[in-house]
Amino acid sequence: MPEAGPVYGIIAEFDSPAATLQAAEKIRDAGFRRWDVFTPFPLHGMDKAMGLKNSKVGWFSFLGGVTGYTCGMLMIWYMNALDYPIVVGGKPMFSPFYSFPPSYELTILLGSFGALLGMLFLNRLPRLYHPLLKNRRFASGATHDKFFIVIETADPKYSEAELRRLLESLGSNHIELVEE
Amino acid sequence: MAEALTHLQLQAPPAELAREPLVANQRPLGWISDTIAGVAEGKTPTWWWIAFSISFPMMLFGFGLIAYLISTGVGIWGPNHPVMWGWAIINFVWWIGIGHAGTLISAILFLLRQRWRTAVNRAAEAMTIFAVMCAATYPVIHIGRVWFGWWMLPLPNSNSIWPQFRSPLMWDVFAVSTYFTVSVLFWYVGLIPDLAVMRDRARTKIRKFLYGLFALGWTGSHRHWSNYEKAYLILAGLSTPLVLSVHSIVSLDFSVSQLPGWHTTIFPPYFVAGAIYSGFGMVLTLLVPLRKICKLEEVITLRHIDVICKVTLATGSIVAYAYGMEYFIAWYSGNPYEKAAFWNRLFGKYWYGGWAMIFCNALVPQLFWFRKVRHNLVLVFILSILVNVGMWFERFVIVIGSLYQDFIPANWGYFRPTWVDVCTYLGTFGLFFTFFLLFLRFLPLIAIAEVKAVAPQADPHHPLGGAKVQGHHA
Repeated sequence: MPEAGPVYGIIAEFDSPAATLQAAEKIRDAGFRRWDVFTPFPLHGMDKAMGLKNSKVGWFSFLGGVTGYTCGMLMIWYMNALDYPIVVGGKPMFSPFYSFPPSYELTILLGSFGALLGMLFLNRLPRLYHPLLKNRRFASGATHDKFFIVIETADPKYSEAELRRLLESLGSNHIELVEE
Repeated sequence: MAEALTHLQLQAPPAELAREPLVANQRPLGWISDTIAGVAEGKTPTWWWIAFSISFPMMLFGFGLIAYLISTGVGIWGPNHPVMWGWAIINFVWWIGIGHAGTLISAILFLLRQRWRTAVNRAAEAMTIFAVMCAATYPVIHIGRVWFGWWMLPLPNSNSIWPQFRSPLMWDVFAVSTYFTVSVLFWYVGLIPDLAVMRDRARTKIRKFLYGLFALGWTGSHRHWSNYEKAYLILAGLSTPLVLSVHSIVSLDFSVSQLPGWHTTIFPPYFVAGAIYSGFGMVLTLLVPLRKICKLEEVITLRHIDVICKVTLATGSIVAYAYGMEYFIAWYSGNPYEKAAFWNRLFGKYWYGGWAMIFCNALVPQLFWFRKVRHNLVLVFILSILVNVGMWFERFVIVIGSLYQDFIPANWGYFRPTWVDVCTYLGTFGLFFTFFLLFLRFLPLIAIAEVKAVAPQADPHHPLGGAKVQGHHA
């Protein structure tokens, strides 16, 4: 089949989670860098099989949470003790106790936004165009019941002939090139 | 070592210990997508139109009554001295309590690794969001001059006055708005992979575009899944203390005051247990008919219904214990006002509320001890409705039962709701069911990716997942 545009990468389809996991381990050990596995659901053990490090989303969430708590406390102190002090029921103008519930809620609010936005940022989403989504086989299988491994041409070790042989030996039942 | 492992055989557990699978009949992964997404595809079924043609006018009628309220004033409702909090607060607490089960299922059961949650969490979270919408309507409209509602927010205004954070009512503003926002975020994060499923299955351009837009370009890349799972775990971890705090803060609205019947330290845990209890009641009310109508019996199995009934039993028993403890303390404290308030609950003018709450919340869930009851779907459905009737009466007893007779006879009165009170409440049902029906029609009502992930076919170490050596993938 003649390829019209520049090639994005080589795509190999797998039928079972176990085969995908084993193939991913082999690709990792072969030292590829610009490659990925596509599955309809998170495949357990795949982080290790791909050699991925612990996700950094937690830091974004932590930053959001700290911001929320600090802002909550400062806001309440400013509003009720500094800018408009008024005695209510003989209670202190500022106390970390009565200002805790709203600050606690703000911690959770901004922590959650941190987790969502951090996840989207690390994943470089939203991305409304992706070469793989133009591939019919991928688009009908990757969110359904098929498993794919894609190695991009941008990988320094990319070589079509060798990869075809490797992926076939790993048990892929369909291998093709994806256009950019 | 590897040799030793090849001799390992995966022993099937003895029959009495074997668990029913989460998806019945070992259905393949593709079947899960087809079945669940199929509910939101194809021709709109007749039952949907019938339900929608009831709920939509109800919602519009509710909006009309809110317009009537705003244009006329809160005098069209029942509250008057001494009962200044009426149905608005009862219904606010009732609806927001219902929401709690959704977060419990999606967050707490996720942290506890309860894999059965995957079949019910999406619908339960949707229930949470729509219930909180119904709940949040009340505090906004009950204040009388609705156009000053924004004074509850910490925004600069022309009077140069700030909100007063020593009041639990202000805490409530933050708790409820955070709860709504975080519930929507959590729901949406869970939806992203399933929106991609819907996008890839879409036949028309407009569906493909809209699902594609909201799926944010999700491809199922494992590098994405890795961050996604972490974000989901963190959201679950944040939602857990959130859901416990929300109803605790709602209960502080009452318990920080000095009124007998309200002024008790038991309120926060008692309210949280009651909230989860009522929410699970609503989950059963929704799912028992839905699994039948949408032919999802193989995904939401009897095992799921059974487990939900057990949670209802557990939380209902906590509620029963709290009732018992309230009465004990009312007697043990020796406080005459406290004693009078609790005597009035059972033998005062609103005696029926007190008995209805004890019957529905303390006695009815005890039937769930019996397996025969848990497996009788008609009975489960009826009991699940009684749960929420009981929880409505609990709030009725707490709000009106405590307010209508307090310390001095000058503060004694009697509260009657008006037709506007009743119909506004019906209107919130219209709002809830309209949104829920739209959700059923346009979004997958079960988390497709999550159900797949707990199937044995998805486990690379399971023979069904393609593992060659049993229990090990070499």
